[in-house]
Amino acid sequence: MSAIETGTSQRPGLAALVERFPFLPALVILLALLALNGWFQPNSLGFRAITGLISTYLALMMLSVAQTYVVYAGDVDLSVGAILSLVNCVIIVLMERWGGGGIAVLMACALGILTGLACGLLNGFVVAVLRLQAIVATFATSIFFTGIALYVLPVAGTPAPTIYWRTYGGRFFEIPFVFYVVAALAIVLVMATRARLTTQMLAVGDDAFKAFQGGLPVTAIRLKGYMLCGVFSALAALCITGDTASGDPLVGGAMTLYSVAAVVLGGTALSGGRGSVVGSVLGALIIGLISSLVFYVGTPSQWQNLVQGLAILLALMLGVMVTRRVQR
Amino acid sequence: MSVEAAGKAEASRFSLTNLIRQPLLVALVLIVLLLALGEMLSPGFASPQQILRLLIVAALLGIVAAGQNLVILGGREGIDLSVGGIVSLSAIIAGNVMNGADSGILPAILACVAAGALFGTFNGIGVTLLRIPPLVMTLGMLGVLQGLLVVIRQGVPSGRAAPALSEFVTRPFLLGLPGIIWLWVLIGLLMAFLLRRTVFGYRVYAIGSNEQAAFLAGVPVRLIRISLFTLSGAFAGLAGLCLIGYAGSSFANVGELYMLPSIIAVVLGGTPLSGGKGGYTGTMAGAVLLVILQSILTTINIDESGRQMIFGATLLVLMLFYGRGRAMRA
Repeated sequence: MSAIETGTSQRPGLAALVERFPFLPALVILLALLALNGWFQPNSLGFRAITGLISTYLALMMLSVAQTYVVYAGDVDLSVGAILSLVNCVIIVLMERWGGGGIAVLMACALGILTGLACGLLNGFVVAVLRLQAIVATFATSIFFTGIALYVLPVAGTPAPTIYWRTYGGRFFEIPFVFYVVAALAIVLVMATRARLTTQMLAVGDDAFKAFQGGLPVTAIRLKGYMLCGVFSALAALCITGDTASGDPLVGGAMTLYSVAAVVLGGTALSGGRGSVVGSVLGALIIGLISSLVFYVGTPSQWQNLVQGLAILLALMLGVMVTRRVQR
Repeated sequence: MSVEAAGKAEASRFSLTNLIRQPLLVALVLIVLLLALGEMLSPGFASPQQILRLLIVAALLGIVAAGQNLVILGGREGIDLSVGGIVSLSAIIAGNVMNGADSGILPAILACVAAGALFGTFNGIGVTLLRIPPLVMTLGMLGVLQGLLVVIRQGVPSGRAAPALSEFVTRPFLLGLPGIIWLWVLIGLLMAFLLRRTVFGYRVYAIGSNEQAAFLAGVPVRLIRISLFTLSGAFAGLAGLCLIGYAGSSFANVGELYMLPSIIAVVLGGTPLSGGKGGYTGTMAGAVLLVILQSILTTINIDESGRQMIFGATLLVLMLFYGRGRAMRA
């Protein structure tokens, strides 16, 4: 940690450290943003504000993790937002139909995750098996998923059962529920980092042809990446349902591109072969902190989007350049 | 030698697989089939006025796709996600500059193309000099443009198109065709000339297929790539201007409808996203194909949900005809 002070010359140790932990530049940006937030609004570092930030951006964190698993292998998924919307609609409708009790909620969530898995399977099939170009093929499937979401829930507005959003926004033993989710996510991600599949996906992303010649089942690995992506998109949907407490067939539309931005902010290369899911989580938080900082510094409301857009563009450029410089 | 010759003879012989490999031909056949299908589903779909209307909509998409096409041809994962934002911005600029007066048309054209080119140049500089991946750079730029739209729209009336511009876009201009279709044809000819008959065009294909070889051969790679993004922005700006002529006034984020469809039109036209191959003639057919498909779906009497499902599924099936990735076991 001490090696990442600003202004250090390019010591081999630093380069090695960023090589091993690609999310370090993101962590520095995140800490800087936290400090700036605290500077302009001391309350923003309080327990309550951080809880609010996390419960709002947990969905984007999950969605960015989802995106990372396909980017690892050099692919991209422009349908994650549509999968999120679809799963959101599916669980809302199921929970309402089954009466909104505890069992109903759990069953609906399980079916929602299966829905996400099925979507990921379709994406993986068209991209890895049929070998269509990922950007346009997943855009096509996103239209398809949006269609299903509109079929399941034609208009936005059906509320989630009270038990659902009370749990999501509630506390257990004085600790907010979302903190448990973040802890669970952290454990899963750290374990996943050591999993063989992660290494295989990175190998495919680095050079698919060499990976194939090395005996890796490239198609199956890419397919698994898309399935993981579908599952995490569904988890993101569970989070956003807890946050908004309602169903909306178009809720995820704008989130797809933010998930790509978060992945890049987290130090993962879009060309594949290098990156980390932890970085993507940090990237999602960076996006959240940028928008709260823009608010805290007192930007006039009509300028907020512009300043936020400029700040994200700057952070993206900075992240890409720092990562490249250190890794050369 | 004889094996090679035999192979060539094989290739030139009539065969269905070879025909299917010709994206332009596939697109044209599909266009005719879709028109026939539309006419069957709702008589009058393929009437001359309807086809003319479809062509106007296709021209708007096609002009955006021209710039997108150039950026994609230039390779190195070239893609421009900011075109949607530029179209929206340019529509607002055009509306405010013209404000319903014919005298404002020339300044509006200049302002729109200049604004588009400016943002395109920023993209190009980020991609080449700072070496930001195009997807990331143009995605970030899209965010900036969307923010800019909010700033501009606050308190300012979004303006109206000049009557002459609306006339140019929607009314017959020459030989019964509206001006915008002539403009599109002109752009098509210019693009074909640019790509096939100029040094610039050959250099675009060169950097698209092998950037390093092109650089070693003395091609100013960076300059070419920046100018591709500049052109993409300029085309999007022009499209925004034409769009307000078509719609009369601009409305929120209208350009978003052009972002990914412009990429789809390029792909359906036979230019793979990997660049270095393809051309604009196919893209024009791709744009027409896309617009006809959307139009058929709005004509038939089904829910929005069913429409979207069919649209998505059809796009996937169409893509199967075009550049699938290389199999590992080759």
